[in-house]
Amino acid sequence: MSTLTLTAPGAAATATLRRLTDTVRDIARQPTLLLSWVVVLVAVAWAVVPDVFTDASPYEGDSALSFAPPGWGHPFGTDRLGRDLYSRAVHGASATLTATLIAVLVALTVGGLIGLVAGYFGRHVDTAVMRTVDVGLAIPSLLLAMVIVAMLGYSTRNIALAVGIASIASFARVMRAEVVRVVSSDYVEAADGVGARRAAVVLKHVLPNSMSSVLALAALEIGTSVLAVASLGFLGYGAPPPEPEWGLLVAEGRDFVGQYPWISVLPGVLIAALVLSSHRIATSFRRSHQETS
Amino acid sequence: MTRYLLLKVGRALFVVWAAFTLTFVLLYVLPANPEDLMFDPSEINTVSDETKASVAAMYGFDKPVPLQYLDRLGHALTGDFGNSVHNGQRVSDAIGEVLPATIVLSVAALLLAVVIAFGIAVVATTTRVPFVRALVEALPPASVSVPVFLLGIVVIHVFSFRLGWFPSFGDAGWRGLVLPLVTLAIPVSGPIAQLLVRSFETELASPYVTTSTAKGATRGWIVVRDVARNASLPALTIAGVTFGHLIAGAVIIETIFSRTGLGRLTQVAINSKDVPLVQGVVVLVALTFAVINLVVDVVYPLLDPRLRAELRAKPADVTAPAVTAAPATADVEPAAPADLVRT
Repeated sequence: MSTLTLTAPGAAATATLRRLTDTVRDIARQPTLLLSWVVVLVAVAWAVVPDVFTDASPYEGDSALSFAPPGWGHPFGTDRLGRDLYSRAVHGASATLTATLIAVLVALTVGGLIGLVAGYFGRHVDTAVMRTVDVGLAIPSLLLAMVIVAMLGYSTRNIALAVGIASIASFARVMRAEVVRVVSSDYVEAADGVGARRAAVVLKHVLPNSMSSVLALAALEIGTSVLAVASLGFLGYGAPPPEPEWGLLVAEGRDFVGQYPWISVLPGVLIAALVLSSHRIATSFRRSHQETS
Repeated sequence: MTRYLLLKVGRALFVVWAAFTLTFVLLYVLPANPEDLMFDPSEINTVSDETKASVAAMYGFDKPVPLQYLDRLGHALTGDFGNSVHNGQRVSDAIGEVLPATIVLSVAALLLAVVIAFGIAVVATTTRVPFVRALVEALPPASVSVPVFLLGIVVIHVFSFRLGWFPSFGDAGWRGLVLPLVTLAIPVSGPIAQLLVRSFETELASPYVTTSTAKGATRGWIVVRDVARNASLPALTIAGVTFGHLIAGAVIIETIFSRTGLGRLTQVAINSKDVPLVQGVVVLVALTFAVINLVVDVVYPLLDPRLRAELRAKPADVTAPAVTAAPATADVEPAAPADLVRT
């Protein structure tokens, strides 16, 4: 039935619609994937419009209500100063998510570019670039990020940059491998053969065809970056204390683990849920990518 | 074989040298006034310019950068990274003091992680209940997704405050080691378990398993006797990654449990901008990483006869074996375990 309508006007729209409904059906069929999307979308919504989700202030507390356990008025309980922890978590989402996004974008663009140059030019350029990249892989990324953030100064933005820079090496590796594969393919040789300009070959053939693996890595990197950003925030390299960044929220509750565990545990569970969900989504992307290719 | 060995040793040396150079640029060249880093940040405004100049002269910051670089490189080759800014202790001594504690913690955690990983792989491949299998296979991704600091806090809350079984902090005796050890082992076991599950599956599909089954061996017997042995070799390939996890984990865990160790030292050094100490730690970590990968690269062909044969057959193409059969270190595309490997 579908083959007949292919040439009809509006066929493209129908195809898009069908692909969309297929995707939705696929997601609905896998409850864990559905749940993962819900978690990620809720986190994004918190980051974009926090005021829709809570009226309570993330900074002002009622000291009479300090250390209230999770309950109706305060879903996540309150901290030492009586601040509503749910509100702090909601308002903290934007810091954590923005930092993650910046980190992944930095790693993707810089790493991708380095990999493209190494893979396309090959030979000595390749050797020089990739041996340098090896160094990036030899230093654990958390350690590298800590050194970089210490040199840049403590802030959530610098955490983002540091996490991004520390992940450049792995992106460069994957990109380079893909570019090497694509450059040796027949269609690139053919394009070179008919006299296409080098820039055109790179932009039209090499780049689009080598992006998919790198994008799959970027999807996986989102979860890893959330974890790295939160870890650095927890260690105190991010925004100063009144700010509600998620890693910092966990750190603030550390002194009260014995009596009031929810202060640390609930924000920590949020981080874990977000990381787990983005990993789950990224794996499903990769699976569907492998099936199509 | 000799060429293969030389190439690998050369690469390892290069990585260590480059780590030194990178940290030199990052720590000594990029900061506008490196001598300012040699003072306590809270007292920096009270320090006179003459004192600053004399400190700059003492550390050699007044000399041209290439000279400084050669001087520091020369000293570093003899293991001398200078003195800690904080207390004037030699960097090598400061690291040497705390290193044993971290080695004990990470070696113990690594052993436990390997046991956990094998447990997961064996259960996942031998069970016939789909639900159990799905549950067990979900454990490795979960173990790397939960932040180490959350894990530590939950473990402290339950086993220290609620049950009172173990102390929540400090490094007194073996009882103080239990909780940090478990906390560190869980995230480290994740990638190993995932790799083992995958390689157990590959091995189970191979002809010798069919033969054993035909001869009447039970599934459990095959997994324990044959598959586990053949499937565990690839786990060596992520040794470097595992080491990275151990170091990153140690930084956070030693902070949470207030233990002395390399991780805690690193954090303190970075917080107080103790540049020589930071450089010493980073170069040491890179050196360890390079040595581990070198050992894996050299030992792997010895353990796997197929690779050894390949090395002999094609002595000209020295890097080929590492790519084709042993996805050892520098030559793998991180496609396989990439979802979990990074810290």
